[in-house]
Amino acid sequence: MPPIPDSDPPLLRVRDLAVRFHTDGGVVNAVDGVSFDLRRGETLAIVGESGSGKSVTGLAIMRLLPGGPGCVVDGEVLFAGGGAARDLLRLDADAMRRVRGDRVAMVFQEPMTSLNPVHPIGAQIAEALVHHRGLAQRVALDRATELLERVGIPEPRRRLASFPHQLSGGMRQRAMIAMALSCDPDVLIADEPTTALDVTIQAQILELIADLQRQSGMAVIFITHNLGVVAEIADRVLVMYAGRAMERAEVAPLFAQPAHPYTAGLLASVPRLDQRGTVRQGLTAIPGNMPDPTRLPEGCAFHPRCTHAVAGTCDQAVPAAETSADGRMVRCARWRELRA
Amino acid sequence: MSGGALLEVDGLEKWFPVAGGRLFGPRPRLRALDGVSLTMQRGEVLGVVGESGSGKTTLGRAVLRLLEPSAGRIVFDGTDITTLSRRRMRPLRPRMQLVFQDPFASLNPRMTVGSIVAAPLVVQGRGDRAERARAVAEALEMVGLPARAAERFPHEFSGGQRQRIGIARALILRPDFLVADEPVSALDVSIQAQVVNLLLELQQRLGLAIMFIGHDLAVVGHISERIAVMYLGRIVEMGPTDEVLARPAHPYTKALFAAAPVPDPARRGRRVLLSGDVPSPIDPPSGCAFRTRCPQAMSACADGRPELRPVSTGHAAACILLNATT
Repeated sequence: MPPIPDSDPPLLRVRDLAVRFHTDGGVVNAVDGVSFDLRRGETLAIVGESGSGKSVTGLAIMRLLPGGPGCVVDGEVLFAGGGAARDLLRLDADAMRRVRGDRVAMVFQEPMTSLNPVHPIGAQIAEALVHHRGLAQRVALDRATELLERVGIPEPRRRLASFPHQLSGGMRQRAMIAMALSCDPDVLIADEPTTALDVTIQAQILELIADLQRQSGMAVIFITHNLGVVAEIADRVLVMYAGRAMERAEVAPLFAQPAHPYTAGLLASVPRLDQRGTVRQGLTAIPGNMPDPTRLPEGCAFHPRCTHAVAGTCDQAVPAAETSADGRMVRCARWRELRA
Repeated sequence: MSGGALLEVDGLEKWFPVAGGRLFGPRPRLRALDGVSLTMQRGEVLGVVGESGSGKTTLGRAVLRLLEPSAGRIVFDGTDITTLSRRRMRPLRPRMQLVFQDPFASLNPRMTVGSIVAAPLVVQGRGDRAERARAVAEALEMVGLPARAAERFPHEFSGGQRQRIGIARALILRPDFLVADEPVSALDVSIQAQVVNLLLELQQRLGLAIMFIGHDLAVVGHISERIAVMYLGRIVEMGPTDEVLARPAHPYTKALFAAAPVPDPARRGRRVLLSGDVPSPIDPPSGCAFRTRCPQAMSACADGRPELRPVSTGHAAACILLNATT
């Protein structure tokens, strides 16, 4: 992938995105002040563990959260696809429906629950084309055949009539991707699209997404917990923990020299076959557990698990998002001294 | 052949009848295990790695006699347990235990942690109330949970802590053989490392033999001394972990290694992609089951089923390409 010049205005500009859920157990700040840019053709990986807010970030951009008094979304999602930048969070429902699935599309983790089990996949793919492009059903089905072929489904014409349960997990995920790509979106949000798949199938799907991206120049937000996958596909990475962005950087420096202790801990806890010693030894685990989302620790949410935490500093205020000389964002009170 | 091995499995097969087929015709069968043979020593960690449909979970359940084998033989510490009755199995049960994948589904939400962990003692009729409570406290402490956790309910714990509860339950009878079926797959990365470390530490401290079943090659490779790679109900390669990782012999093992993403952006894009899906175990390909996806397949692969042949000391693989060179 050729480097994208910084002068190019970002396709998507997310500023101070916040999502609050009011639950019986209390208020959950599922996403808390997350900002990032997405440029044309690039892949941004949002990486985090359960409860990090990575999926909610994707759903908030797509405006797929329930809304109402129980769920409050704040901030800006400026989308520059198709003319002047518009704030997706402030579009009316009709305008948003024209963007969703057309300019910005999404693929989910479990294709079995995201595909409709009672309709053949051909009709499901054609639906977006009929809706957004006003194509006649027959033309839309022809186009669906091409899409199935493009995502590597054998005998695409015959597969149009298949129901989701008649396809394997990998094939279902391909069908989902075909559906997401039907209108040639500017942005594809892929939420753990390979997590439910076997590794050999995962490799095929990652390759497919990269190929399609090369052909169409779409930007991809790839949401995952798998650092191996991040290393494989991302240009830039956003690391989230307990709803907050902890670090944001280009992929190579992030893996080579993580600035945030959480990023470093996450990288250290992944077993690596290529660095396995001859003696079986323990992994470097991050101690402790995920915090309760309704009772996040004061200060930095990671401090109770952080080996570098200092009382009086890390447990007082949420660290500000600082930008380093090499352009990475770090939210840690001590990152400068830890790096020295 | 009972040279002190803890577990000997010979030609183990497990079929499941499935719906379909012709009326009065033979009922189609799913071959979950298709002739698996292996030996485990006391205190040894054997990793079993494979994709969905490889039969790895069935293998773990069959060697514990939680599933009835269709053919083959299972010998546990010198006793042939293949056809032992429930009653005759009972005294052996405390020695063989299971840790489940899903820490949410495998703990009864209505029972306190104390009664969950004590359940094996109750089933085996061991100890009185006070002794059991003591054993529970000890088991909880062993897995890094406070003794007062016994009074609480599973929902009060995180996934990683619940998996510790499951391990405490499995260890309270002091087994010498543990089957851990994807014990960390449902956990977050940072928690996964904690549980892997705990299992390693307990294995070394208690001299446990563990059959560690998983799909994540890096995790399985990290914890096991020997590794068995399964594909469609068969072991296609088995050997010391270092040896298998350094010199994978079977094309499937190689492909599995290549497909596993490495957390290092500098090593991007050097992969051999396997095309297609795993074939159905109801109608597996003739000859070598992997031949339909194998980049090195040739016509001879359809003829006979390749047997495991030694590649080096303790390292064997089932591929006709290896027969030709050795």
